[in-house]
Amino acid sequence: MNSMIKKFAVAAVSALAMVPATVQAADITGAGATFPFPIYAKWAEAYKKATNVGLNYQSIGSSGGIRQIRAKTVTFGGTDAPLSGADLDKDGMVQFPTVLGGVVPVINLEGFKPGELKVNGEVLADIFIGSISKWNDAKIAALNPGKKLPDQSVTVVHRADGSGTTFIFTDYLNEVSSAWKDKVGKGAAVKWPAATSVGGKGNEGVAANVGRVKGAIGYVEYAYAKKNNIPHLQLLNRDGKYVNPDDKTFAAAAAGADWLSVPGMGISLVNQKGAESWPITGATFVLMYKNPTDKALAQEAIKFFDWSFKNGDQMALELDYVPLPDALTKTIAEKVWTQVAK
Amino acid sequence: MSTSPADSGMLDQRELDLVNQQNKAFMNPTPSDSGMLDQRRLDVGRKQHFQDFLFHKLTMSFSLIVLVSLIGIIASLAVVAWPALQKFGVGFIWRIEWDIVNEEFGAAIAIFGTLASATIAILIAMPLSFGIALFLTETCPAWLRRPLGTAIELLAAVPSIIYGMFGLFVFAPLFAEYGQPALQSTLGQMPLIGPLFGGAMNGIGILAAGLILAFMILPFIAAVMRDVFEIVPSILRESAYGLGCTTWEVVRHIVLPYTQQGVIGGVMLGLGRALGETMAVTFVIGNSQRISASLFSPGSSIASTLANEFGEAADMHLSTLFALGLLLFVITFFVLAGAKILIIRTERAKGAKT
Repeated sequence: MNSMIKKFAVAAVSALAMVPATVQAADITGAGATFPFPIYAKWAEAYKKATNVGLNYQSIGSSGGIRQIRAKTVTFGGTDAPLSGADLDKDGMVQFPTVLGGVVPVINLEGFKPGELKVNGEVLADIFIGSISKWNDAKIAALNPGKKLPDQSVTVVHRADGSGTTFIFTDYLNEVSSAWKDKVGKGAAVKWPAATSVGGKGNEGVAANVGRVKGAIGYVEYAYAKKNNIPHLQLLNRDGKYVNPDDKTFAAAAAGADWLSVPGMGISLVNQKGAESWPITGATFVLMYKNPTDKALAQEAIKFFDWSFKNGDQMALELDYVPLPDALTKTIAEKVWTQVAK
Repeated sequence: MSTSPADSGMLDQRELDLVNQQNKAFMNPTPSDSGMLDQRRLDVGRKQHFQDFLFHKLTMSFSLIVLVSLIGIIASLAVVAWPALQKFGVGFIWRIEWDIVNEEFGAAIAIFGTLASATIAILIAMPLSFGIALFLTETCPAWLRRPLGTAIELLAAVPSIIYGMFGLFVFAPLFAEYGQPALQSTLGQMPLIGPLFGGAMNGIGILAAGLILAFMILPFIAAVMRDVFEIVPSILRESAYGLGCTTWEVVRHIVLPYTQQGVIGGVMLGLGRALGETMAVTFVIGNSQRISASLFSPGSSIASTLANEFGEAADMHLSTLFALGLLLFVITFFVLAGAKILIIRTERAKGAKT
């Protein structure tokens, strides 16, 4: 009996000794927005290979991310809807963008190829409000001379779950249409006014419904529209030019932005100036404490983002995100990260 | 535990005798020292008494865990839901409003969607599963009984997300293409119920959710019904057949009265599942916060609203979602309580008849 116990003890101790030392290095933890999850995961994988420090990011949604960072259960929180400067000051947090992306209106209209149909912001808002309920409405026809529009009713497809994608999209409609501003507003989930609106769960749910229902219009992250080859709309931007969504037009929207005009860099990127700007562009943000409980871990998180900004641009492009311009990452390193206590 | 004096101190003679009798096979006392024997009997008795005591307490504590966690769940739901309940009052239940941006909420849309989809599911699943169970127990050829029974049990083992995916990607397009136009051109033309089948035909909506739910709860109800039909003593059944009853008469007058409780229990089990089903419903109900006369139009259920909106909910919105959860709890409780009352009533009615 005794010898058995001894044997077990010896085995257990030797097993412990064999565990590689890397486990002792704590992983960086983060939680929040679902929008940047694929790129964070990809960066984390590459970063782990390069430095042996892991990142555990849970995509629980922006509100969840804000809740978790306030509860101090994570090193950083992720959010698509930036916090205001006042909120940041109250909590003693800093905020910086990490990656850009675009939201794309998609349609299911027989005979229309990607980018063939053109609309402006007001007409898009009217379609989503429901005041334009047929595809051959005069307002749509006026923007598309020479095109034969079908006499088909519009079905609006929106996200059923609260989402940063919805935030960016409604932020845009809110910006360009006073009718939308009065009736709906902006948020991660809103009260969809159109009588024929259908909710889909996640980008894939919206994409599935748009693909299935004839005469449907919805909005998805750019990567989804591109991967599934769903016809998108051309949008009129602030400079009066029709643009197609791609990484160049997203980057153009971010290029003219004055990031430091708002405390916490929480500017809205929708409806930006520039002839090439895609009007529904957004950034996703990270929240960190200025005076974190675990200072070493906070520095690890900063190192991770620093590494990703320097080495992760190609990975971001592969996943149809748009990396931040170099000037901006330099500003973040100099003006934001220096505020986090070491 | 009783508190008779015998319990607290020594065992009384009767118990001891009983213990002794039970353990005769194990005890092989030497007649020469009777003092030792008494002591041993006492020891065995004490030991068994202690074992029973432990067993009783242990099983009781297991059951108490259920009770405590139930109370805990209700309490924690109520605590978080309190701000919403306070703000909207009782009117929350029948208020038709779901405006997240302006934080104005009412539960009527979700309650309507939940009850409507569950009712459709039960209306379709109940007669179907009744027929399935009858066929399996009464008229099915023996060689088919096993494969059919197993198939139904397998249907019950399919995860609900699979039903959701099937519903959205396979069922909904077919339903929009063939099912809904057929319904609209027939039932939709009738007075009174016509508007139920009007409107746009997208394939998803309250009716689609009800149909998918019917698929899901069908095997549960059918399996329970089959099991209870099987326990009808064959002597009753054979006698009825002997008297010249047809199969339907045997079912109507022998099997059904005998198994009433089990049948109601099975239906309630299905209804309970239909009310709380989340993933499958979320996929096909359309997730629109709106009440419409047409069953073709998208709506939302309590469970689907919770599943969709928890991720991005904060403050009053979050509290409202907890209040919705609490309401679902209450609805399910009333359904189960209603079933119990129904069973007790029918029992009483039967007692009065005989």
